[in-house]
Amino acid sequence: MSATPVLALRGVSKRFGAVQALTDVDLEVNAGEVVALVGDNGAGKSTLVKAIAGVGPADEGELLWKGGAVQVQRPHDAQDLGIATVYQDLALCDNLDVVGNLFLGREIRRAGVLDEVEMERRSRELLNQLSIRIPSVRIPVASLSGGQRQTVAIARSMLGEPGLVILDEPTAALGVEQTAQVLDLVERLRERGLAVILISHNMADVKAVANRVAVLRLGRNNGVFDVATTSQEEIISAITGATENAVTRRTARIAEDQK
Amino acid sequence: MSTDVSKSPEPEGGVGSGPAAEPPAAAAVTAVDPRLLVREQGFRGYANEFLRRMRSGELGSVPVVVGLIVIWAIFQSLDSSFLSAQNLSNLSIYIVGTGLISVGIVFVLLLGEIDLSVGSVSGLAGAVFAVMAVNNGAPEWLALLAALATGAAAGAVHGFFFARIGVPAFVVTLAGLLAWNGLMLQVLDRSGTINLDDEGLVAKLTSHYFDDVAAAYGLAAVAVLVFGLAQYLDARRRDAAGVPSRPMVEIAVRTGVLAVFAFAAAYMLNQYRGLPLALLIFLVVLVVFDFVLRRTTYGRKVFALGGNTEAARRAGINVVAIRISVFSLAGTMAAFGGLMIASRIAAANQGAGSGNLLMEAIAAAVIGGTSLFGGRGKVWSALLGMLVIGSIASGLALLGSPAHVQYMITGGVLLAAVVIDSVSRRTQKTAGRT
Repeated sequence: MSATPVLALRGVSKRFGAVQALTDVDLEVNAGEVVALVGDNGAGKSTLVKAIAGVGPADEGELLWKGGAVQVQRPHDAQDLGIATVYQDLALCDNLDVVGNLFLGREIRRAGVLDEVEMERRSRELLNQLSIRIPSVRIPVASLSGGQRQTVAIARSMLGEPGLVILDEPTAALGVEQTAQVLDLVERLRERGLAVILISHNMADVKAVANRVAVLRLGRNNGVFDVATTSQEEIISAITGATENAVTRRTARIAEDQK
Repeated sequence: MSTDVSKSPEPEGGVGSGPAAEPPAAAAVTAVDPRLLVREQGFRGYANEFLRRMRSGELGSVPVVVGLIVIWAIFQSLDSSFLSAQNLSNLSIYIVGTGLISVGIVFVLLLGEIDLSVGSVSGLAGAVFAVMAVNNGAPEWLALLAALATGAAAGAVHGFFFARIGVPAFVVTLAGLLAWNGLMLQVLDRSGTINLDDEGLVAKLTSHYFDDVAAAYGLAAVAVLVFGLAQYLDARRRDAAGVPSRPMVEIAVRTGVLAVFAFAAAYMLNQYRGLPLALLIFLVVLVVFDFVLRRTTYGRKVFALGGNTEAARRAGINVVAIRISVFSLAGTMAAFGGLMIASRIAAANQGAGSGNLLMEAIAAAVIGGTSLFGGRGKVWSALLGMLVIGSIASGLALLGSPAHVQYMITGGVLLAAVVIDSVSRRTQKTAGRT
């Protein structure tokens, strides 16, 4: 890679009591690139994302943001850097309309009063830029479909003009058409030059939009694959550990002994 | 709320990136999802939109307005003096005290919480005022401020234990209900009942009328003008910004409806003794708090907390501060309402703030259309709900019914309101709205 990655993780480790959740994990994401983060349940995907987002800071290891080492101890630190995270539960207020949700916590004011017109104009502008189609920006979020809610949550993360967007299983609960909408949106984020980390269980989704796939297994890196040149089977075997054999076991054990 | 989306331009290119998902028939894709019900223009569209909302459970103020008309019709047929100028004027003063308390309750309900202490706090405020102003001869304005501050402090204590310590608001305010009532008895001590100065500031709150006919008509005219102008300017600004705006016909109809109600009320008030000061205060409070709730970041935060606390927290909203401030506001409004009630009976006594005052204040907010489940409601429900409760009380009093009948009927109305709230919430769920 010629350019400096937007975000690089070096040797990130995290321990919960007796469980070593992450061990020496490395990860790089470049601008205009979608990196899929895959792994079995308990592989450490969410822990890694929480470490990046500042929700659960890593015990060891360093974060490089655009080449410089940074400390992310609180969610606020990550947001200030330009890391936007869309969690699985979306964190939308059902009773507020789309505009209210998009601008929640960063309302535009005019003479101390909410500037609804300006917020609505910018909401429509943003949704149009991202080609997000929702009935009206003035209906409560509760009346949107799952896919539409997901796109609203992603659009909301874009308002802070982030450099990196982390999407935690954005298609997990969606139907075919809605998944397609969300994947379209992920591609549009990439076209806008953003770095995207996409967590997903769905290999088809990963193959469709990701440039590279980083596999985690039992809290360790288990390979980074180029989507274009790797077959789905290879990725899945990296996830499940089917590539494990006597040789890899021995190297792992030797590495462990040397510690 | 308009659902006009026809103006959004179709962005090029983006849709084509997911060819597998696009059915071949969707070659001419527009920005509007074809499954959407787009509102038709003109009056017919307005009527259709209204019917659709009713069916999907967005009842808004319709049940309470219908209920009010029914109640008025029934009492008028039983006693022709019910809709007399004098009775309606008295009604407009009667609703102010409890209505002010109810405004605070609306805020608490929007958080999805409840405040059971407002009755006791209102009694305490009346006692604090009476002891300071009457027994100790302090200036009335100082005693009034002290009473309001007492309410604010009591509310802040509830808010602290609820928001910071994490005790359920129900229990905290139940403790407050008892404790503040005890404190009121302590403050009143052996005096029992303290009569207020008839010519004093607080007594004037409910006994003063602007008897010049120009006052009521002027207020109505100002209200209609400001409302119409604000709507018109908003629509102009929306058009300029290229976002959907209300059609001019709709603005005219809304302003017209408001004008009919405002001038009819002004006419009735002028038939008796003119515009009551208490009613003016209540209306000003309603307008101010409605503005706070709908047009300021503070109000937006209150709604967000009622909708999804976790989402609000992640959006950087100081959940603890908002919660404490809302409970403090409820305490302040309870104190304000308590002063109004003390003013109406021209005394602070040991029975103040007890009885059905608390139930009426909560019932008014719920009957007026504020949801018990948080996140939905408006300040005006305090007025609408109190009109219903006050009308029942006044009508039954005219008919000479005893208090227990009034309790049973008000209880039934409250139950009906909660049922409507719950059912409409369920209908909205199935219709995809909460």
